[in-house]
Amino acid sequence: MGLAKRIIPCLDVDNGRVVKGVQFVDIRDAGDPVEVARRYDEQGADEITFLDITASSDDRETMVHMVEDVASQVFIPLTVGGGIRKVEDIRVMLNAGADKVGINTAAVFNPEFVKEAAEKFGSQCIVVAIDAKKVSGEGEENRWEIFTHGGRKETGIDAIEWAIKMVDYGAGEILLTSMDRDGTKIGFDLELTRAISEAVNVPVIASGGVGELQHMVEGVTEGKADAVLAASIFHFGEHTIEEAKRKMASAGIEMRL
Amino acid sequence: MSSVAVIDYGMGNLHSVAKALEKVGKDVTIHVTADAETILAADRVVLPGVGAMRDCMGEIVRLGLDKVIHEFVDSGKPLFGVCVGMQALLESSAENEGVRCLGILPGQVEYFGSDLTDMKTGDKLKIPHMGWNQVHQEIEHPMWDGIAQDARFYFVHSYYAQPANPDLIAASTNYGFPFTSAVSKDNVFAVQFHPEKSQHSGLDLYANFLKWDGKS
Repeated sequence: MGLAKRIIPCLDVDNGRVVKGVQFVDIRDAGDPVEVARRYDEQGADEITFLDITASSDDRETMVHMVEDVASQVFIPLTVGGGIRKVEDIRVMLNAGADKVGINTAAVFNPEFVKEAAEKFGSQCIVVAIDAKKVSGEGEENRWEIFTHGGRKETGIDAIEWAIKMVDYGAGEILLTSMDRDGTKIGFDLELTRAISEAVNVPVIASGGVGELQHMVEGVTEGKADAVLAASIFHFGEHTIEEAKRKMASAGIEMRL
Repeated sequence: MSSVAVIDYGMGNLHSVAKALEKVGKDVTIHVTADAETILAADRVVLPGVGAMRDCMGEIVRLGLDKVIHEFVDSGKPLFGVCVGMQALLESSAENEGVRCLGILPGQVEYFGSDLTDMKTGDKLKIPHMGWNQVHQEIEHPMWDGIAQDARFYFVHSYYAQPANPDLIAASTNYGFPFTSAVSKDNVFAVQFHPEKSQHSGLDLYANFLKWDGKS
């Protein structure tokens, strides 16, 4: 009896359309964010995250309309990440119906932005996304550093120190992605997840590497994550969110069923 | 045709509250407004709120809405407080080194504390309290009609209401300890969670509000 751990499906959106091949057998238009969000809502998603990968900033308007459409029909928390660089970007997304925004690269280049955002809108809607990669060698003490630009650019910033700093600046939640595991389907970097989760006092969402349901269980039991984020495992109909929740519940994890 | 005013004092996202009311309300006019006349003329009022209490109360007072809210409550018509909108109904909040609130309900708003642990496992509990938790109904009330005992609702908050009188507690939730997640007094009902983000149970609560005559 208490707070449930969360499952968060993540959708990549390009110019208002869901991309990276969502494949439900019984969905009319797999590119329509409203249809996809509604399906995940029916399956019991605890929140939904949209990652805006639109290259051109001219198309930001499309994303705003998409958020409005989804928020009018899906009554669970929505997070929007990608391209959030200014206070005005946050205001527009929250007014459109987003509950939280994810700040990633902008936080690295301008940490004060996180502070300003949290003061203005409250920590509860500021998610700082951290992309971390292991930099320690075999036999050395574990060490991870922050990378930007999809893991291509190193910053030399220690991931744990960075997480603590971001929470200090007002982050209400950390979305932690292991760049080593992202897309590998071999499971979360549990050591990284646990190290960050134990270092900060705000919820941590584990991301990067889910290939089977057991990985989600481990993210919580071993990684100490408060929520798990996954994309492809749900998009291709391999598993439903409901199956994932039952699996986690049977492992003794408190879930909303 | 009945009307609902969602009080807009510029704090956060009222889109979802209005959309949830639209979804469940047939023949209901919804005004998202800070206009005193519109609010006082409405059949029902929702007082939402997100963000920091100092900013919320600052705006409520600056717009003269404190008097309007008091006047509406005195009229006997139903008022529904949500999240910071619930906390604002109490006398004061510990947030931002202490903020005086509306004082419609006796009691204070307290901080969860940074060393909160799970009663059973001893695990450290994170702040904010964020996610789906169970709401244990402590009283029978028209607002709870058709909503399962211990149903899960979506929470996100670091402060919680501590009413001075246990009779005001309409529901409680466990997070390190049992805290008050809903309060009720006469024509006022308020919840700490976000019904507009709590899927079916949340929409049911808004539907109940649109039917409620303000008598508990």
